[in-house]
Amino acid sequence: MKEKLTIQLIMALILFLPFNRVIASEQKLIITGSSTVAPLMLEIAKAFEKKNPGVRIDVQSGGSSRGLSDARSGLADIGMASRGLKPEESDLKNYVVALDGICIILNKNNPVVKLTDQQIIQIFKGEIKNWKQVGGLDAAITVVNKAEGRSTLELFEQYFKLKNSEIKASVVIGDNEQGIKTVSGNTNAIGYVSIGAAEYNVELGTPIKLLSMSGVLATTENIKLGLYPLSRPLNLVTKASPEGLQKKFIEFATSSEVNTLVQQQYFVPAKK
Amino acid sequence: MIKSAQSKVEYLVTYIVWGLSILLLLSMIFLIYKMVGPGFSTIRWDYFLSEPLNSGRSGGISSILISTLLIVGVCLFVAIPIGLGTAIWLTEFTTSQSFLGQNIRRSLDILAGVPSIVFGLFGNALFCRYLGLGFSIISGGLTLACMVLPILIRSIEVGIRSIPSEHRFSASALGLSTFSQLYHLILPLAVPGIVVGLVLGIGRAVAETAALVFTSGYVDRMPSSISDSGRSLSVHIYDLSMNVPGGESNAYKSVFVILILLFFLNTLTMFLADRLLARKVMNE
Amino acid sequence: MFNSNTLSPQRNDFFLLWTLRSLSLIGGALSLLILLFIVFESSSVIQEIGGLSFFTDASWYPKEGLFNLVPMLAASLLAAFGAALLAAPLGILVGVFCNFYAPQSLAWFYRRCIDLLAGIPSVVYGFWGLVFLVPWIGSLRPPGASLISGIIILTIMILPTMAMTADAIFRTTSKSQLKSASALGFSKWSIIYKIVFPAARKNLFAGFILQIGRALGETMAILMVCGNVVQLPKSFFDPVRTLTANMALEMAYATGQHRSALFVSGLLLLILVVGLVFIADFFEQDLRYD
Repeated sequence: MKEKLTIQLIMALILFLPFNRVIASEQKLIITGSSTVAPLMLEIAKAFEKKNPGVRIDVQSGGSSRGLSDARSGLADIGMASRGLKPEESDLKNYVVALDGICIILNKNNPVVKLTDQQIIQIFKGEIKNWKQVGGLDAAITVVNKAEGRSTLELFEQYFKLKNSEIKASVVIGDNEQGIKTVSGNTNAIGYVSIGAAEYNVELGTPIKLLSMSGVLATTENIKLGLYPLSRPLNLVTKASPEGLQKKFIEFATSSEVNTLVQQQYFVPAKK
Repeated sequence: MIKSAQSKVEYLVTYIVWGLSILLLLSMIFLIYKMVGPGFSTIRWDYFLSEPLNSGRSGGISSILISTLLIVGVCLFVAIPIGLGTAIWLTEFTTSQSFLGQNIRRSLDILAGVPSIVFGLFGNALFCRYLGLGFSIISGGLTLACMVLPILIRSIEVGIRSIPSEHRFSASALGLSTFSQLYHLILPLAVPGIVVGLVLGIGRAVAETAALVFTSGYVDRMPSSISDSGRSLSVHIYDLSMNVPGGESNAYKSVFVILILLFFLNTLTMFLADRLLARKVMNE
Repeated sequence: MFNSNTLSPQRNDFFLLWTLRSLSLIGGALSLLILLFIVFESSSVIQEIGGLSFFTDASWYPKEGLFNLVPMLAASLLAAFGAALLAAPLGILVGVFCNFYAPQSLAWFYRRCIDLLAGIPSVVYGFWGLVFLVPWIGSLRPPGASLISGIIILTIMILPTMAMTADAIFRTTSKSQLKSASALGFSKWSIIYKIVFPAARKNLFAGFILQIGRALGETMAILMVCGNVVQLPKSFFDPVRTLTANMALEMAYATGQHRSALFVSGLLLLILVVGLVFIADFFEQDLRYD
């Protein structure tokens, strides 16, 4: 009895493998890359699959650099990147799906409401170590920085002309939510995260607040209007000019049809 | 005089063991409650039966539950025979001085300390690319099998080793072949070790995140076969709690589901192990 | 079904032996394969800048060509040993309690709780740590994300495995030995202390080493509570970054030399584990002779 079952299972395994691959390989796209873009792309893919029966789109997460290298090596049909392309990556083609901004966040119970760019630089460099020096309480500042290589960090550094080795961090984090949890759990923390995520958390009542940057309020609205200085594109990347299904999908993903989906993920649509 | 001092120690130790154990138990229950409570109070039946919507913020987890079961199934299907075989070989057929035995044991201990992200990248390179299995449930299951092996083997080994050698001597004296000894004597007596190994292995497999992101993947639709990519529960929880703003409440629900799943799998393991292995001793 | 009555079972046994041996070889070959994989991935940066830079560079800023891994090595070791030292006595306590003190039903309940804890994904522990533990420690000594938070989380995570291992070891201690000992009038505790512990010592020690390995390899939870600042901690309340957190934090975004350098942290970790295994072997050998 037991033996019979085992044999059946093995048979099923052997049968299933090749059989399924033949069917699957016909109308299938593989998209890999940035974990920031992945949840959005998954939803766009589902909408696309619904519109085009028989098509399968597999979205795999794993980081912007992986998306770029997979797109280049041909492992993926399309790569996802949460940043613009660098000069050395100009061999790839990119298509903006959505926009995202970065804002400074503080704990809600921190009396400080405004920081100048200069003050922010000094805080992150460790030259200002106490909130007293910028008009807050007498407490040591907890600087929350992002891990090396993250595109939010790169953008932040570019904007404030900082080098990672100059930043004196007290906590280094990975994902947005980790940053928000860290700041909401520590009255004296300062960090920077994606605006969409921060706005949503404020709506939910998480004890954080968004600081305006160079006098511009940090809102998704201001990103849409192009006023907010610290924003980044969320990209799809291909090796060569897209063809066939690839082209069809990119056209769909960059069209205004996906605007609701983009907004549901708290990003800003690229097309108005 | 001596007697009373001894009973005083006895009394004291009993007191301490009970006190500390109960304290520990309470803190564990507190911890489980903290992690499960928020999900338990909001979960509804349809959460198990519908597919995720809007990146998992709404909808259910039916497809993810199926993927998880398939991944764990593939993992155990591969890991159990290898694990059982290796453990038996290590305990019954090698001496502590055997070169091969010693090194295989060492190599397994090393395997136990490999960080899961390395397993993920390794599995991605070996199963997904080199063997051409792609992002699939089978790649994920095989990668997990590699991770679970050391735990499984160690626990079974401990189980087998603790069987008193008198049993073996009498079995040999009766002229039983090695195979019969194994089948009728060693395996049934090693059941506690096997169960511990399986429960630990299943626990590790169900809990694994980093290794699966790179192997079984991120796709949250219902898998059509094991060569399809499928998202596991722990990957889902990670994505909801760390990557999707507003995913927290569903993350807690998924944590609740993962605990139910574990409880179910563990109970099943114990039941099956008892049924298939332990009874044979009585039949003899 | 099988010829268990024959007195000359050689052919059967021969077949069995080779099946088992080849199965074991699969397991044994795996870690070699993984080692090779890591060496291969990390070789490019080692060839370019040499192995020494990883110990003598000023700090870890891979984008700026600085690759010092020593602070992370120290953090990994401190966190893993700290957690294992805390979890081992607690695990043994659970084993003793469930086997010798608790009534059956309570022991059953206890074991089920531990089974469940063992299967909670590390991301959930990390999440709990981030939301409850870190702010609590932060209120004692900011920033809260620190070595001590990491040790506590790791302890909670490896405790179930340690407890289950200890439980299984004690459960299989020969019951007849215990019976004869208590018939001789020994008290419960002296039986445990003088008979059970010495008999279990070797296996417990092996379990302990395995747990250190496990603690060294833990990633997701530690990444959320340790603070991840690359520095040598001066106190338990300083934030640190472990080798595993380093890989998990940066791997997804790294390319070229940076990526390769991250594999070097994996390689270093593996070397650490190899060292640990050989130390454990040495002690086991020692114990064998007394």
